[in-house]
Amino acid sequence: MEMPVPKGSVLDRKHELVARLQAVLPGESVIHEPHETRVYECDALTAYKCAPLAAVLPSTTQEVSEVLKICHEMGVPVVPRGAGTSLAGGALPTADCVILGVAKMNDVLETNYADRYIRVQTGRTNLSVTGAVEEEDFFYAPDPSSQLACAIAGNVGMNSGGAHCLKYGVTTNNLLGVTMVLMDGTVIELGGAHLDAGGLDLLGVVCGSEGQLGVVTEATLRILRKPEGARPVLIGFDSNEVAGACVSDIIKAGVLPVAIEFMDRPCIEATEAFAKAGYPMCEALLIVEVEGSDAEIDMQLGVISGIARQHNPVELRESTSAEESAAIWLGRKSAFGAMGQINDYMCLDGTIPVSSLPYVLRRISELSKDYGLGVGNVFHAGDGNMHPLILFDANKPGDLELCEQMGADILKLCVEVGGCLTGEHGVGVEKRDLMQTQFDAVDLEAQLRVKDVFDPQWLLNPSKVFPLSVTQSRREAAA
Amino acid sequence: MIRPDTEAELSAAIKEARGPLRIIGGGTRSIGRAQGDFLSTAGLSGISLYEPGALTIVAGAGTPLAEVEAALTAENQRLPFEPPQMGALTGKTGASTIGGVVAANASGPRRIQAGACRDSLIGVRFVDGRGDIIKNGGRVMKNVTGYDLVKLLAGSQGSLGVISEVAFKVLPGVEATATVVVHGLDDQSAVEAMSTALGSPYEVSGAAHDPARQTTMLRLEGFAESVAYRSKKLQETLKRFGDVSADVNADWTAIRDASMFAGGSGDVWRISVKPSDGPSVGAALDGCKIIYDWGGGLIWAEVPSAFDLRGVMGGIKGHATLVRGQGCGPVFHPEPAPVAALSKGVRRQFDPRGILNAGIMD
Repeated sequence: MEMPVPKGSVLDRKHELVARLQAVLPGESVIHEPHETRVYECDALTAYKCAPLAAVLPSTTQEVSEVLKICHEMGVPVVPRGAGTSLAGGALPTADCVILGVAKMNDVLETNYADRYIRVQTGRTNLSVTGAVEEEDFFYAPDPSSQLACAIAGNVGMNSGGAHCLKYGVTTNNLLGVTMVLMDGTVIELGGAHLDAGGLDLLGVVCGSEGQLGVVTEATLRILRKPEGARPVLIGFDSNEVAGACVSDIIKAGVLPVAIEFMDRPCIEATEAFAKAGYPMCEALLIVEVEGSDAEIDMQLGVISGIARQHNPVELRESTSAEESAAIWLGRKSAFGAMGQINDYMCLDGTIPVSSLPYVLRRISELSKDYGLGVGNVFHAGDGNMHPLILFDANKPGDLELCEQMGADILKLCVEVGGCLTGEHGVGVEKRDLMQTQFDAVDLEAQLRVKDVFDPQWLLNPSKVFPLSVTQSRREAAA
Repeated sequence: MIRPDTEAELSAAIKEARGPLRIIGGGTRSIGRAQGDFLSTAGLSGISLYEPGALTIVAGAGTPLAEVEAALTAENQRLPFEPPQMGALTGKTGASTIGGVVAANASGPRRIQAGACRDSLIGVRFVDGRGDIIKNGGRVMKNVTGYDLVKLLAGSQGSLGVISEVAFKVLPGVEATATVVVHGLDDQSAVEAMSTALGSPYEVSGAAHDPARQTTMLRLEGFAESVAYRSKKLQETLKRFGDVSADVNADWTAIRDASMFAGGSGDVWRISVKPSDGPSVGAALDGCKIIYDWGGGLIWAEVPSAFDLRGVMGGIKGHATLVRGQGCGPVFHPEPAPVAALSKGVRRQFDPRGILNAGIMD
């Protein structure tokens, strides 16, 4: 992975930088010894590592502002970090950067059930936001798979999704407001507990900007009352095409399931060997979940099963209890772990139009043969967000590169059929160099111009999202 | 009037412009004080893609809203955010276009459940003030590739670029609708009742209160059996607030379009606050005609001409936009200095000559 050459002018002033950071933060919040900074050398994209110059763990918005002012004055790049669970390398450091971690900022600041929002510091984990409102039967809807560990800061940065966004939307649809610190230390508020922007929707462009526009320290999030209940149906098919057609027919019938999950044969086999969920051995498997009262669930599952039967399923299993629901979800929830038992894997997350599903799955299996690398597909079918898991052996020289090449081919395929490179993980460094397959120079320039406004010196997470060649003149002009 | 028929012609028209341009779709929701030669999007019309099985539709910006809605209705689908028709309120007679809906981020009662226009919008193509043709987002509903300029364009009132094409995710239509009505509540109790309903598991898709008639309305939509069940449960839940009944004929179109203000001569404002602050705003407007939507968080108010509405809002957080009349101060809500600087900076980047609906959001 190519990264910019570290700025000598920054490396040379490490002592001065550390001293200035120590003057505004408690001693233990400034991490600068080489054996300590290694903790921050990567995120969940572990293939790439680079220890930062220093890492800071501020406790307040004011401290974040002080840190950014210092880095701004000294021309030091800053890489914001939530919980470090990015699969795209969004928090990958450069040797001349300061990692700004928000992990210490995890308080609930305000809970308001009448107005249905919660205000939290962004170091708080996704699941513990729901944890804070569960007693009153409320929840925070976006549920990325990493929700036990991932922080709201990263969710806002990447506009994270989850399994249930077909009904509830992704982070941007559930984010009402933020407190954000700009690179020069200015603290601003965008949005709030009220709905929608009175002027330009700057909050809309901040969400998903991968930490390049500002450091979000507080977030106002929409919370919802939990449904009375939820139950899935499991449906097995003997071809991907038929499963894809069934998804489309369910959607057309007017039922809006809360989730439609899809697994293909390689993934079903791996999962069965690992978790023994009792799944049928078939080509494609759907898990469709609906919500409501018991009677409402029965009615909706009846409609879905009726549609599925017209497609001659090899298996159809409606859950009638919490135990049966758990059994149906067991395999799906173990899928990533199961694939990980077989080998190392790389997880992609391109989105495609649902209508292209059978074609894309066929092409992926052809690519799998061409490259000689196994692929399992498990994904959110209702919204077309694929998750091909490409298996490789990290210890075998050249295998990672081969896997990356194959991943790039799959993502190009997603764009080719009218989709996109990433549906919920973000671009980070991982998909940076593929951006030109989806956007032309003018499209990219429009995005860069937004960063020019928020961060004119290009110091915030500057080596991510866009190809380095595209951002080079800006990064160098500011240096 | 400049009326390009293609995106390329639109780009050329903007490049060649020697003065300010006033962008117009159907003209039904044009607000603000921009001046200049009219540039119409009417020629950029037509639905280019509609896949009911993928819940996606793509259309030219000049496509009439009615055409989009008719195509969706034919497949028993709909735009989730229930876009208002503003003609009655503003006294304009044109046909609303889908591009105008996006430029205004126009969202009706269902906004509280299904999100605003910006939440359903998944892709845009637009031509900025330099004449550059820019695309962002696409036609898939989960997409975090690059910055989300889609959200930025929604509600930008034509001040960042002229939108040429829009893509939406849509929702299935509904089999049945019912409205639970509570009578006799003052504003405070009405907002409490609406909050209780919106905090219930019964999936309320509209929550409005008309103080003049002391009528509080909660809408339920879905399969008939499910609506009947939820209506019964919600009536039980709301019994403690007052006289509760069910009404299948409640007029949500009037709420959506704020049509009760049609023909009036006062200034009309649209105010967004958090729902529990709604009654305080209402109290400050004592004697004025108002209506609450979005569970109390959206207030439409008709006030005497030139009345200082933002002055009486005091320290209540939110924003007020003038949608009809002379007003008092800027049409759009003033932003704190550092945010205003960012907005200005973004506008300057997309429209360096300041020719697109110049000053419309000031």
